[in-house]
Amino acid sequence: MSDVMIEARNLTKSYGAVRALDDVSFQVRKGEVLGFLGPNGAGKTTAMKILTCFIAPTEGTATVNGADVWDDSLAVRRSIGYLPESTPLYTEMMVLEYLEFAARMRGLKGPEAHKALKRAVEETGIGDMLARTIRELSKGYKQRVGLAQALVHTPPVLILDEPMSGLDPNQAIEIRDLITSVGKERTVVLSTHNLAEVQVSCDRVLIISKGRIVADDTPDALVATAGKARFVVDVKKGSKTDGEVRELLGKVKGVDRVRPIEVGREELGFEIVPTGDEDLRAALFQAAVEGGLVLLGLRREGQNLESIFRGLTTGDAPSRKEQRAADSALATTREERPSAKKSDAADAESSDDADPKKED
Amino acid sequence: MQTLNIARRQFASYFNGPAAYIVIALVLILTGFLFFYIPGAFFLTGRASLRTLFQMMPFTLMFACPALTMGLLAEEKRNGTLELLVTMPVREWEIIVGKYLAAVGLLAVTFALTLPYPLVVNSLGNLDWGAVWTGYFGLLLEGSALLAIGMMASSFTDNQLIAFFVAGTLAFVFVIVGYATPFFPSGLASVVEQMSFSFHFESMARGVLDTKDLVFFCSVIFFPLAIAFRGLESRRWK
Repeated sequence: MSDVMIEARNLTKSYGAVRALDDVSFQVRKGEVLGFLGPNGAGKTTAMKILTCFIAPTEGTATVNGADVWDDSLAVRRSIGYLPESTPLYTEMMVLEYLEFAARMRGLKGPEAHKALKRAVEETGIGDMLARTIRELSKGYKQRVGLAQALVHTPPVLILDEPMSGLDPNQAIEIRDLITSVGKERTVVLSTHNLAEVQVSCDRVLIISKGRIVADDTPDALVATAGKARFVVDVKKGSKTDGEVRELLGKVKGVDRVRPIEVGREELGFEIVPTGDEDLRAALFQAAVEGGLVLLGLRREGQNLESIFRGLTTGDAPSRKEQRAADSALATTREERPSAKKSDAADAESSDDADPKKED
Repeated sequence: MQTLNIARRQFASYFNGPAAYIVIALVLILTGFLFFYIPGAFFLTGRASLRTLFQMMPFTLMFACPALTMGLLAEEKRNGTLELLVTMPVREWEIIVGKYLAAVGLLAVTFALTLPYPLVVNSLGNLDWGAVWTGYFGLLLEGSALLAIGMMASSFTDNQLIAFFVAGTLAFVFVIVGYATPFFPSGLASVVEQMSFSFHFESMARGVLDTKDLVFFCSVIFFPLAIAFRGLESRRWK
């Protein structure tokens, strides 16, 4: 057995004319925590629904723990624990009653079920809530109950759709820690639009936009290869106007663009995008001093995940080699590349592959 | 096994909310009313028989059964719990049959609560218990058929009210149509009669068990459930 736990091949899902997923392929290895990142409606949930066999792909296929979602969906579903978006639970049931049901449905019985329940309850910290009706629980606790039912049968694969949405920061951190700890032994796929969560808890990130994968890498690698650093300059408000300062800084050699940013009331802030890779701090300092500016701050910033995300999913993308898919999706803003054409050809091929399967 | 797990949860959840209590109470009140107050019913016939009770009961089932089934799938769809349920290792038919069994179970409980009627009648005269059990069996069959239709209606929509009215309308047609045969041309009348629940229930209410009636009700149970199964399965291809 290989250590690939989830493999998606050319997944496409169409709702009428809308392509929610468009030729998406990826792999998740054992013990990996994979984050699906993307704006709302990008196709994250659709991908998860396909992996959990809730819906079937229009084209392509996926295997989970060696079982195919088409041919052996029961085996797929035995291997997964799933927490759908918005945590649907039987709210009229008591927590314990509900978890017992979940355990029974996963084929656990008697003392084995009892042990599994106890462990899931401990892991999720809902010991005090067992006798409560689910309806009465806070959102955070509901989320924990949802996680507990997904964990109770110790599935090798956990699929969590926006496990941290709608939680207050404290609850979100608790759930995140929980996911990180269970993710040590298990393969986890989670979706989110919270970038900080991804950076903290995921080993790998898939950025999805308009049904396509636009980036697939570790969070660190994404940040590191995202290209140019930026410089941030704060000057004291006073003799010079906003425009004058911009002009002054813009004249520095190696500066591509100067953009004002929000800072305090007594300061003017500017973000400076360099043309190359060299460190402009010394030159910027010189320019400020010569121009009579009172410099309050000067620093270099690497691109963070947020700006990469914005870049990849809104069209103002930094140039990256993995980006062929994004480019074809966002062709309006950038020149067409030959590689984008190639991916269309791949589409056509994959539809031929998948067609026979569609009939069973 | 999964079927029983689902049936068990569904049955318990009936009693977690007001639905089961309301349906049971309404059926019992209506039954009592029909039994004792409708002219031509029990006291007028002057016989120790439950035949009139059994003939009236389908009219209460017409409302009770859709009320029991309207939420079975529609509510789960609306709340999203269906997504969690079908992504557990369970087959679609197990979900349908499990939920259906829970509804049938609740109906059986309701009928059990009407047992005081035969007991009272028995104390008044010599009751033919064989006919009583046949009558109850027939009621359960007719009720089960109505529940299957309700299950089907619930699989069409995520709106309980729509499920209730679709099932209620179908139930009304199937129960009432037997009384409307005089209005149909003679060729059609026999077809309509064969489709009517009351026609097939009639002999059982008298205490006569006929294979034809059994086959009729079993197929009226099977086909709507099969459609509900398809409906549940179809979400994958949408």
